[in-house]
Amino acid sequence: MSTPLLTVSHLEKSYQKTHILHDISFDLDAGEVLTLLGPSGSGKSTLLRCLNGLEAFQAGTLTFAGEVITQKAKQWQQLRQQIGMVFQSYDLFPNRTVLENILLGPLKVQKRSRETVLPEVEKLLQQVGMRDYRDAYPRQLSGGQKQRIAIVRALALKPRLMLFDEVTASLDPEMVRDVLTIIRQLADTHQMTMLVVTHEMDFAQQISDQVLFLADGRIQEQTPGPQFFKRPQTSRAQNFLASMDF
Amino acid sequence: MAHSGIDVLTMGSNFWRLLGGLWITIRIALVASIIGILLGSLLGILRTLPNRPLRVVLRLYLEFFRIVPTVVLLFLFYYILPKQFNLNLPANQVATLVFALWVAAEMSDIVRGALQSVSTHQREAGQAIGLNYWQLQRYVLIPQAWPLCLPATVNLLTRVVKTTSLLMLISVMDVINIGQQIIEANNKTDPNGVFWIYGIIFLFYFLINYPLSRWAKHLTQHQLEATHL
Amino acid sequence: MSWAIIQQSLPLFAKGFVLTLKLATLGIIGAIIVGLICSLIYYFKLPILTPIVTIYTEVARNTPLLIQLFFLYYAFPILGWRLTASQCGIIGLIFLGGSYMAAGFTGGFDGITKSQIEAGQAIGFTRWQLARYVILPQGLALSVPALAANVIFLIKETSIFTVIAIPELTNTALDLIGMYYHTNEYLFVLVIAYAIILIPLSLILTYLERRVRYGTFGH
Repeated sequence: MSTPLLTVSHLEKSYQKTHILHDISFDLDAGEVLTLLGPSGSGKSTLLRCLNGLEAFQAGTLTFAGEVITQKAKQWQQLRQQIGMVFQSYDLFPNRTVLENILLGPLKVQKRSRETVLPEVEKLLQQVGMRDYRDAYPRQLSGGQKQRIAIVRALALKPRLMLFDEVTASLDPEMVRDVLTIIRQLADTHQMTMLVVTHEMDFAQQISDQVLFLADGRIQEQTPGPQFFKRPQTSRAQNFLASMDF
Repeated sequence: MAHSGIDVLTMGSNFWRLLGGLWITIRIALVASIIGILLGSLLGILRTLPNRPLRVVLRLYLEFFRIVPTVVLLFLFYYILPKQFNLNLPANQVATLVFALWVAAEMSDIVRGALQSVSTHQREAGQAIGLNYWQLQRYVLIPQAWPLCLPATVNLLTRVVKTTSLLMLISVMDVINIGQQIIEANNKTDPNGVFWIYGIIFLFYFLINYPLSRWAKHLTQHQLEATHL
Repeated sequence: MSWAIIQQSLPLFAKGFVLTLKLATLGIIGAIIVGLICSLIYYFKLPILTPIVTIYTEVARNTPLLIQLFFLYYAFPILGWRLTASQCGIIGLIFLGGSYMAAGFTGGFDGITKSQIEAGQAIGFTRWQLARYVILPQGLALSVPALAANVIFLIKETSIFTVIAIPELTNTALDLIGMYYHTNEYLFVLVIAYAIILIPLSLILTYLERRVRYGTFGH
């Protein structure tokens, strides 16, 4: 087997006196979808944020595409072009149109030419059904539409890994499905490597190649997706699935 | 420079005279603030009443004091009171009156804003258990509104202290006026004294205002954290 | 109150009016520039400069303009720096106003939500790009209300210029009163003159606040 795209080994994270993540280790192969599940406060989002340099960690190593991440600001700035992230609160830039939001990364950060980027972006917008909104401002969009644009904004950088942090948690139920469908297409047809934090159990079951179950800042188990939802190994995970009414 | 001129501060009773002037400055600021805060709080509550003419009058009062610079307010009262109302007050009482009315205007807006920011749910919950108007104010609105007023009020106090520097314009014997007398008296022998006298007055103002503004900043941050939780 | 007396004084008041506007405009533009530079130094915590900016803003905000002007006008010549009264007025207003504007800008920068900054970081912005595309446009928009309040405040502060005998509005009125004793008339014109400047200006600034807010944040 080839080397994993991302290797996390013995990662430790504490905030002031509280220990948030203990001894986190796992591998993520290219093309794989890994879902982080666990009760709220278990450290899922913090782990995701550590993987994009938004949170510093105190010990352990991250290796991305064979390169050890040293936590220097400059290196993170480079790496973030390869590791896309989508947030719960969408966070489009309110003073820029949809197209400007999407183009900022490829044009300003990656210094690619508008002529090459624009067709790609058009295609992405088409795929998420937002082609007619390229000149709209974020204030004119619904939550679900904003989130689709936020996904396109991250994809426009052509990342090798996508991090999704509870991207449907602030959406109305009827909009959740649209956004999840887009993420699933991304996995199925584009074999995008992803790390997903979600509370949508149906979705997690459909999409997960692997499930990482966290509680109290520790990995309780790492299990292939289908197996996790049928027969989780730990009682913590059994209780969790039962409590999610699943 | 022949000599630095710093001895102007230590010569004779100069330093004590400056402190005496400072005390007059502080006393006017203090008395005006207390009267102004009390009056302004009352006006602020009145401005939340549904009575429209009253609201308009109080709003005009506020806007007048906001638009006219304090220097001009001082002269307005200083010249107009004796002339139109035959009221011959000593300058420091005129100053106290002007500052108190100005503080009251600003305070009324702080109190009104805070009272209105207490949610309608709280108001309705109070009405639902049968509280009358003043009981609602006393038990629900004022206790919730007053911590909101505090940072802005402390900020207002720092502005009052700074504005006392204008007292000299209407010949109140405040710290600046006394400073100028000392400078003039020693101008021949000590031309550099001006630097030290104004320097020490500068320092006096800073020493009074700095702790106040730190306190206001602290209160504001405290409040921000509280509302974010 | 005599209309004739008012009419006779109007040419002099017009001169004072123009001078007030001129000094205030120069002072306010200078204050905005100084304030923006200071707030950026403060926001990015630039070494060496940050403590200097902190000391400057604390000193300027916690002392009265009147003493600042006396220092510039009477005490600085002793150090060999001699300035005209108008120069002192403008410099004093920039010194005081710069610290107020800095606080206004800083409040705006602090008002940007953390998640907007993270969204910028997540698409790989450098520090400079983050400032250019997220922090500056949003921070400036958020600071407009505070800046507008400072503009009004600084215009009113020009009335203190009278203490170093700059013939602006207030000084014009006090001079006229000293010469002719028509206090009612001159004070009336003085109040009206400030109202003519400040009432339309505050309406314009309120309108501008709303426009900028909607243009940037959509509500």
